[in-house]
Amino acid sequence: MFKGLIGKKIGMTQIFDENGAAVPVTLIEAGPCYVTQVRTPDKDGYTAVQLGYEEVKPKRLSGGELGHLKRNNVPPLRFLREFRSKDPQVQEGDTVQLAEMFSVDDHVDIVGTSKGRGFQGGVKRYHFRGGPKTHGQSDRLRAPGSRGSGTTPGRVFKGARGPGHMGDDRVTSQNLKVALVDGERNLIGVRGAVPGPRGGLVILKEARKQ
Amino acid sequence: MNDILKSVEAPVNQDIPELAPGDSVSVHVKIKEGNRERIQEFKGIVLYTHNNDGNSSTFTVRRVASNGVGVERTFLTRSPRIAKVVVERHASVRRGRLYFLRTLTGKAARLKQKY
Repeated sequence: MFKGLIGKKIGMTQIFDENGAAVPVTLIEAGPCYVTQVRTPDKDGYTAVQLGYEEVKPKRLSGGELGHLKRNNVPPLRFLREFRSKDPQVQEGDTVQLAEMFSVDDHVDIVGTSKGRGFQGGVKRYHFRGGPKTHGQSDRLRAPGSRGSGTTPGRVFKGARGPGHMGDDRVTSQNLKVALVDGERNLIGVRGAVPGPRGGLVILKEARKQ
Repeated sequence: MNDILKSVEAPVNQDIPELAPGDSVSVHVKIKEGNRERIQEFKGIVLYTHNNDGNSSTFTVRRVASNGVGVERTFLTRSPRIAKVVVERHASVRRGRLYFLRTLTGKAARLKQKY
């Protein structure tokens, strides 16, 4: 069956498990989501489910977006995301709820957009070691060092690590254990951290490495 | 803190009174041995309390064990493993964190009682 949801990161806290041990959890408000489209091999060449999340005023959307949603009698939604699924078993226009997808002790993968760090040096971005601090050094402490060889090849290879923009990337946290599910409030708590700021959009999927 | 975050927190244990640095306390900790559950007491002086809001609040108790070895233990205030805390004595102290007790032993490590 298809498993996947769109949600918002609320923040981190601790909860106590049945043994009284403190567990670090990230709370996510997930769903309810609408099935806005089902992709089929005949029509689209692959199988997938398109979900929509967070109702908005109709004037926030373009005419094309409104028409797409209206076709399946779904309210205006801010976010649309597609999930690959071999055997969806859902219909266009359905709503999907957190409680029927994930339960405590399941494992999930969570996709988010990491916090933007701006232009960062090599030490912070790629854990370069930097230069020596002492022995007469003046400005080498966080320097990136060499970027490659000399006359041959005479250029820097593409993809060489160095200073540059860090963060604001799509990041997946795999195999997070579900510690708490509140179906009434569409609230899920997963053990550990989740990429992105509080209030950031996250996508929940079934853990692919289980 | 966010209201939704607050809503998943453990309830406040009514058997834990407000703790202050310098209090002589006896912490009753639930310990599981196989299927049996028993209570162990940890008696000492509260060195400091931390983060007094929500699930992550803690307090640290110092006790001088045999041979004058100091033992410090930090408890999560909202943990279900704590049955209750009994305050035996309040002391008048002028600091929020009583780190100075670590270097003192015997008579010098006494605190003045607060009435």
